[in-house]
Amino acid sequence: MTQTELQTMAESFSDFDIAAIRRDFPVLNQEVNGHPLAYLDNAASSQKPVQVIEAVDAFYRHDNANIHRGVHKLSQRATDAYEGARSKVRDFMGAKSDKEIVFVRGATEAINLVAQSFVRPQIKPGDEILISHTEHHANIVPWQMVCEQTGAKLKVIPMTQSGELDLSGLDDLLNERTKILALGHVSNALGTVNPIKDMITKAKAKSIPVLIDGAQAVPHLQVDVQDLDCDFYVFSGHKMFAPTGIGALYGRQELLEAMPPYQGGGDMILAVSFSHTEYNTLPYKFEAGTPHIAGAVGLGAAVDYMQSLGIDKLAAYEHHLLEIATAELEALDGVSIIGTAKDKASVLSFMIEDVHPHDIGTIFDQQGVAIRAGHHCAQPVMEFYGIAATARASFAFYNTEQEVAALVDAIKNTQEMFA
Amino acid sequence: MSDLRDLYQQVILDHKKNPRNFREIEDCNHMAHGNNPLCGDALVVYVKLNDDVIEDVSFQGSGCAISVASASLMTEMLKGKTMEEAETLYDNVHKALTGEDGGAELAGKLEVLGGVKEFPARVKCATLSWHTVHAAMDNEHDISVTTE
Repeated sequence: MTQTELQTMAESFSDFDIAAIRRDFPVLNQEVNGHPLAYLDNAASSQKPVQVIEAVDAFYRHDNANIHRGVHKLSQRATDAYEGARSKVRDFMGAKSDKEIVFVRGATEAINLVAQSFVRPQIKPGDEILISHTEHHANIVPWQMVCEQTGAKLKVIPMTQSGELDLSGLDDLLNERTKILALGHVSNALGTVNPIKDMITKAKAKSIPVLIDGAQAVPHLQVDVQDLDCDFYVFSGHKMFAPTGIGALYGRQELLEAMPPYQGGGDMILAVSFSHTEYNTLPYKFEAGTPHIAGAVGLGAAVDYMQSLGIDKLAAYEHHLLEIATAELEALDGVSIIGTAKDKASVLSFMIEDVHPHDIGTIFDQQGVAIRAGHHCAQPVMEFYGIAATARASFAFYNTEQEVAALVDAIKNTQEMFA
Repeated sequence: MSDLRDLYQQVILDHKKNPRNFREIEDCNHMAHGNNPLCGDALVVYVKLNDDVIEDVSFQGSGCAISVASASLMTEMLKGKTMEEAETLYDNVHKALTGEDGGAELAGKLEVLGGVKEFPARVKCATLSWHTVHAAMDNEHDISVTTE
């Protein structure tokens, strides 16, 4: 990002009313262990605005029924609410058609769906699946399973000390045996924003399909799947201010059309007899059973909420928080930041000399500062740095500069205690 | 911070900084690995049994303050104890920290671990070394204990 762009960014959130935004998130207004809560564990799960809570509440109070089958009024309203949410997600992701948006439980289920329904049927022994060293376990294990099932090989794009991807060997890693490139948009353990657009372009030039795990990206960045030109893009609702148990898979329509269903059951069929079942059209072919209707409604409300505030503005403000927190931690003796990529979003992983991250987590909690301590479901990343765990603060647009100060105080208090 | 001061007492911080019996026993006849994959705590416990008596016990590894201090205290407590006495202590620690079977008062200098009860997420840090020594004495072989 150039200085001019940064300047533009700073101006873009100058009218940001943080107090009003925080009033939208009732959970933030509480004390924990006698201190104001500083919720800095957003990469694990985000908090929910009243707009989302009320949308879910209103659905259950007024519109609740099953979808796509009832001829009665409530079923129609529930169907409209559910399909309305799909359109909002389609718009949010920049997809062409609602048919390309499949509701799933979350990013994990979406990756498993693509692994089993898209990759597994066409992959052969000796073929390759390409991921990166910085992936979350959710973008490792489903591919390992396909490899075990088929005799394919898992290949890994290496990483550098700063937490960026080492792309020097990418041209060889993307080869005629590669059946998919599955890549995180933003690393959950390090915050690195990967140069996915260039990587997608390289893969597409060799006709290699690409899946992007956007779980850590959609709460922080504007995403446009058509501009990215990826084939699949997956995310979880609960990390972007929506309920748990709902997420979305974007899939290019012609690929989804050709894929067999992932699960069988109701709603994914047109006609069933004991000799033959005709599958439903997109996207219902991939939505077996009654889905998380209220969750989808909540996800739609979260999309509305983010768009009403302006995603670029949210991103700019949050980036500002990350920058000041990074500068503060860099200035502290005995504190090291893990993950120093040039382009980062939300995440600040760090170590305090001679203090185990789990001790950090407990001591911070006593000061009202909620962070994550552990391996962040990215054990290969921990292994790369030769550590078992890090402490991780992760920001959302409702965090404040005061909370950054609370983080810094918590670090100093911890150091004092262990001195 | 009062609960926290209880948890991270000077005794615990002292054992973390200067763990006792932090070494390998080359002629040990029992050992086990203890891992907590959630936080990456990894300990090896060595036991030298002479008939029924724990002649020497030690540990190595890395972990949080609670797990290292607990292991250090454990080696101090177990040295010279019979197998039966060690088993009683193991039960005591387990009951005291988990509250199972009506709980228990922690014996002797283990009392400093009592604060852990207020931090359910950390109980496993304190019990890791005890599970590991228990496994070591039950088996001649190297064994892994996973507390998650």
